[in-house]
Amino acid sequence: MSLSDLWEYAPAPESAAVGAIKDRYLPFIDGTFVEGGGPDLVSINPGTAEPLAEVSTVSAADVDTAVAAARRAYTRVWSRMSGAERGKYLFRIARGIAERARELAVVETLDNGKPIKETRDFDVPTAAQHFFYHAGWADKLGHLGLGPAPAPLGVAGQVIPWNFPLLMAAWKIAPALAAGNTVVIKPAETTPLSILVLAQIIADADLPPGVVNILTGAGDIGSTLVNHPGIDKVAFTGSTAVGRHIQHDLAGTGRKLTLELGGKGANIVFDDAAQDQAVEGIVNGIFFNAGQVCCAGSRLLVQESIAEEFLTRLKNRVETLRVGDPMDKNTDVGAINSAAQLARINTLLEAGREEGAEIWESSCALPSQGYFLRPTIFTEATASMRVSREEIFGPVLTTVTFRTPDEAVAKANNSPYGLSAGVWTEKGSRAMAMAAALRAGVIWDNTFNKFDPAAGFGGYKESGFGREGGPSGLAAYLDTDDEPVVGGGLLSHTGVL
Amino acid sequence: MSSAVTKDERPDTLRLLPPHLNDVTVDESSLRRFLHGLPGVDPVGVEERAAGLATRSIKKAAKLAAIDLAISMVDLTTLEGSDTVGKVRNLARKAMLPDPERPETPRTAAVCVYPDLVPTAVQELAGSGVKVASVATAFPSGRSSLEVKLAETRMVVEAGADEVDMVIDRGAFLAGRYGFVFDQIQAVKAACGPARLKVILETGELATYDNVRRASWLALLAGADFIKTSTGKINPAATLPVTHVMLQAVKDWYAETGQQRSVKPAGGIRTTKDAIKYLVAVNEVAGPQWLDPYYFRFGASSVLNDLVMQRRTQLEGHYWGPDYVTVD
Repeated sequence: MSLSDLWEYAPAPESAAVGAIKDRYLPFIDGTFVEGGGPDLVSINPGTAEPLAEVSTVSAADVDTAVAAARRAYTRVWSRMSGAERGKYLFRIARGIAERARELAVVETLDNGKPIKETRDFDVPTAAQHFFYHAGWADKLGHLGLGPAPAPLGVAGQVIPWNFPLLMAAWKIAPALAAGNTVVIKPAETTPLSILVLAQIIADADLPPGVVNILTGAGDIGSTLVNHPGIDKVAFTGSTAVGRHIQHDLAGTGRKLTLELGGKGANIVFDDAAQDQAVEGIVNGIFFNAGQVCCAGSRLLVQESIAEEFLTRLKNRVETLRVGDPMDKNTDVGAINSAAQLARINTLLEAGREEGAEIWESSCALPSQGYFLRPTIFTEATASMRVSREEIFGPVLTTVTFRTPDEAVAKANNSPYGLSAGVWTEKGSRAMAMAAALRAGVIWDNTFNKFDPAAGFGGYKESGFGREGGPSGLAAYLDTDDEPVVGGGLLSHTGVL
Repeated sequence: MSSAVTKDERPDTLRLLPPHLNDVTVDESSLRRFLHGLPGVDPVGVEERAAGLATRSIKKAAKLAAIDLAISMVDLTTLEGSDTVGKVRNLARKAMLPDPERPETPRTAAVCVYPDLVPTAVQELAGSGVKVASVATAFPSGRSSLEVKLAETRMVVEAGADEVDMVIDRGAFLAGRYGFVFDQIQAVKAACGPARLKVILETGELATYDNVRRASWLALLAGADFIKTSTGKINPAATLPVTHVMLQAVKDWYAETGQQRSVKPAGGIRTTKDAIKYLVAVNEVAGPQWLDPYYFRFGASSVLNDLVMQRRTQLEGHYWGPDYVTVD
């Protein structure tokens, strides 16, 4: 044999040329790409920390223009169009995403820093699925259980985060359009590129001008958008702090609001769990997208009787994660999205150290440039520590033990958040009982981070309100007399809660 | 990865079980309690992990290294009723010199034949370093008396087989008669003498991953040198998720006892692409120390031709047709 001690996988980089990254991108208003009135921003490739492309941003006046265009499109075209016709456009957009999947995956990886494996196998195909799913609903709104012909709301103002730029755009745009609304949407400042490729797909689908408008810019533009008097519905995904501001600002305006905010998901492993697969689920729960996931399983609760063995297995598994160049097809954990986010995570890691949590990190080497962190585990992080309570939004897991199911429920629910939870047990009755007792919008049983357009997604408490996906997600974009969201009344049978 | 093919004596010849595992095998009910106390295997999770690892992209030097390693791990097998002395001779020559155009190509690990053809294989392979493996114990069903199984084992070992591939009695295993299966494996192991014992679980008949894990531990407890997936006579034969479960079992066994045992998927591995997916699983599930022909084998025949063709492609930059490698 000619092999040395370790079998090193040769680099297997996806071609950056497939992304066809342009030097400069423009916002998309009223069916055309236009120069924005704001200063250009530079989007950084987190994998290298080098500039990727320039993006023209919009001014407050551009927001007015976009909202006016959306209103025009709503009253003159989109709200009058039959559901079947709207569905055709949505199917066309879905096919456009599928046709340009490889390009979109490369753009997303270059702009966001997540591994190509994830954009190729998750982000892009799931975005296409959301359009396909909602395309099917467009002519069947009367079957939602919301009356014979539920009416759209009007113009939706939407603000999305940087962790799943294309997928969040799909989550927001697809149900809004299917329900008959028009959209003004603002992507995050650090990740505007993939949605601007989507804009091209939308333009190529001949969607009537003004039905979808994409505004680039920072938080001030987002604030202008959600407070704009021409908006009928606001949907925001992002941090709890910003979500709280938005809710405060919108109080009394009569505008409908859905918020999908932070989380501190509990992943609960019982002693009878299929341990090797539970290890996989914990790894997926916190290291998928480097933990930059609002529903991340960032708190591991493991039954005391298996804790030691389980943590050994978990650490052994985390050691095998390949951290590095997001464009390499063999990379498991990519880059942190921005220098600012890296600094925020490091601040919390420091706080954890100071508060005395025992810290363990993978021994993997990190690239010399770009924003990277080693997968990290805090063992025996007590509930009072900041790392146990605050959302870290990075590849950092905290672990505590429990002895009884009641204790697990108490510890899991002891959080201001309530977005997701995972339960690992081979005992079906226990899984069902746990699901009923946990205060979280999404509960996974013997799996984690599974998304389907047909399943509602959303939170309790400081994780926000309203649902995205499934019939309940559509209801958030329809005029319903009573408030059907957050698991109420009519929708409880849809399998959301 | 060391030059393992030539290295015969490994430290795990010392086979004393740790005291806590000795108790496990004292009687049928202890064995049952132990095997049923092993953590379950979630099928969705293990299949997802296997599918995920199968997307690894192995290119360039890593691919060539994998091809050479895979060739050195092949148990080149012929187990047909129509086998002839001539066919086994041809197979033996192919095992020693898989690519006559490129004599530096590694030889395979072993040639695997039916008992009556062991003397032929021994004669052809003498001094080559390629092992002779023989199936035994009423292969492929395992439905015979212990006396017959032991007699057949002794016969092949006396004829010069270095390795014995036995089958477990799946009927007994599925009926929950673990002690019966355990005793048979132990007895065959004793009859093997210096030969290494591969225990075929026939995972296609065990049906569940929980059963695969239990059968793996049962065989390891009884002294199996290798746990092997399949006879090749049942569909499905080896699959990636099943091999994941078995690789996890030998890894756990190593953590428990300090003894490093071996794994052999067999049947259904036909292409270089398949073989590399298995090597990735070995590397990332069991660990790089299993990337060694002593600890991992492929039970296969047609895969060797594809490996040889892909090896030439890697070295020469263009593809070769199947007419440029020998038909078995």
